[in-house]
Amino acid sequence: MKVFERTLLLLQNLVKNSIDKIGLFGLWFVIVGFMLSGCGNKTKTKEASYLTIKGSDTMVHLASNWAENFMKAHQGIDISVTGGGSGTGIAALLNGTTNVCIASRKIKSKELNLAEEKGIYPKEIVTARDGIAVVVNPENSVNTLSLEQIGKIYTGAYTNWKQVGGLDQQIIVLSRESSSGTFVFFQKRVMNKKDYTQDAMLMPSTAAIIQSVSQDKWAIGYVGLGYATEAKDRVRMLSVRDADSPTIVPSIAAVQAGEYAIARPLYFYTNGEPIGVVRQFVNYVLSNEGQKIVLETGYVPIN
Amino acid sequence: MINWREKIIQLLLVGAASASILIVLLIFLSLGKEALPFMSDPGIGRLLEYRWIPVSFKREVFGIIPLITGSVLVTILATGLMIPFGVLGAVYIAEIAVARERAFLKPFIEIMAGIPSVVIGFFGLVILNPVLKEVFQLKTGLTALSGAILLALMAIPTVISISEDAIRSVPKSIKEASLALGASRLQTIFRVVVPAALPGIIAAVMLGIGRVVGETMVVLMVTGNAAKITFNPVDSVRTMTATIAAEMGEVAFGSDHYQALFWVGIVLLVITFTLNYIAQKVLNRYRMK
Repeated sequence: MKVFERTLLLLQNLVKNSIDKIGLFGLWFVIVGFMLSGCGNKTKTKEASYLTIKGSDTMVHLASNWAENFMKAHQGIDISVTGGGSGTGIAALLNGTTNVCIASRKIKSKELNLAEEKGIYPKEIVTARDGIAVVVNPENSVNTLSLEQIGKIYTGAYTNWKQVGGLDQQIIVLSRESSSGTFVFFQKRVMNKKDYTQDAMLMPSTAAIIQSVSQDKWAIGYVGLGYATEAKDRVRMLSVRDADSPTIVPSIAAVQAGEYAIARPLYFYTNGEPIGVVRQFVNYVLSNEGQKIVLETGYVPIN
Repeated sequence: MINWREKIIQLLLVGAASASILIVLLIFLSLGKEALPFMSDPGIGRLLEYRWIPVSFKREVFGIIPLITGSVLVTILATGLMIPFGVLGAVYIAEIAVARERAFLKPFIEIMAGIPSVVIGFFGLVILNPVLKEVFQLKTGLTALSGAILLALMAIPTVISISEDAIRSVPKSIKEASLALGASRLQTIFRVVVPAALPGIIAAVMLGIGRVVGETMVVLMVTGNAAKITFNPVDSVRTMTATIAAEMGEVAFGSDHYQALFWVGIVLLVITFTLNYIAQKVLNRYRMK
């Protein structure tokens, strides 16, 4: 029975992975509007319009969930969501090839200058938050680490659990692949922009990290808060302590309050104040219903 | 009339044959075109460093040596597993098994060849890795050995099928002569039949190695992908194929990293070409005899 459950879970992960991968390669991801307008009542399509969303792979899944639900409520509006990375999305906004850019980082000043040259005024809207949980095997006795300690583990300065108050066991360092935005975010936020240790194992997906941490007693990894919460019977989240602030247990509330250190906002960028259909969509995303989807997708709502 | 038809057929055949040459040439050209700027800008010497750190806030390092040693280690281990299982399996099926056994074994082995690599990868992640961890008392099952076992599993059907054909095509007269001279059945198999079939067996093994070197999904899933230079079978390695697969999707077009990945592709291509070349040489030498 246990084996059966595990197989099922793996299949789920497989599907999730393939969705991740499709996003990664920047393929067209959502073409739902097509289907919906096909089955809907065609005489009703008065507000027919087309909206493109492009950017961060972290947000592709979330954005397509928003788009799907928005299109269900608004007949005749077609939305297409594409990944490719935050940089790609911002470039598309500057070139006028997308209505909305999704980004898991702030726009850079260099990009802002370029935007001004092109007569585009990116308007920033925080639409959700993303917390990154540091996870270990449930059998590991370590409960709390400081940001500095986590950084030292990932740069290879610490290689044994006893250096951070655990047992005399070698640390197995698990990370996402270097193509992941989370890889870079973690490097910047936790590792002081230093390089990862060469012993760090780069896993192709979040599911693979959770799988390995649940199997390997002395492993450490980082995954999105949503994933970690979902897998809380297989991996344990560490509480994190920033320089002199108190120890914070990662949770949705802590991320919302800005207390948990390893978190980042997820942005929309539009050209100027959003108007028309874009405005409608942004309003929907910020509404209670839109924020409920944030929670369901595994991210943190803004309020 | 017949002449005219023959001409068309000949033309079609020439076209088909040269199309593949053309495609290979185009692959080489396009790889070279994307990789070339790397030679002057960061400099080709950057590829010979001992670490692979393509994403860094300090200094990006594109040393492909750890990736090469990773691929080499996995390939050697897989080949070591593949030869005994593949060749002995083929000998059994071709020489010893009775017709009913053969009718049962052959289709199963052929089905094995058709299992998608991602399925084998999941099998490795969930079943093989924990077993290896127990057996060798490791901290983690994400090792080169795990990748090698799975790759051997994927290559064995190829090796068995082709070796078996080679063994069965050994003329019956040679075998009968050996038996008539008083050699036992085992002596006949290993001293007469297998040596006679050796060119075919070597070709089979070379094809198997080709599959192992080029396989991507399985190694990406189970070897841990840590880019370090090691020859320890129970250490984690990052192979060239896994590196290209994992990083190509997100890399900025035309960047140093992008070009470095094309260099990895070129090295991979050169290795498989060399392997094929050696296989041809070996085959020719045995044919001469």
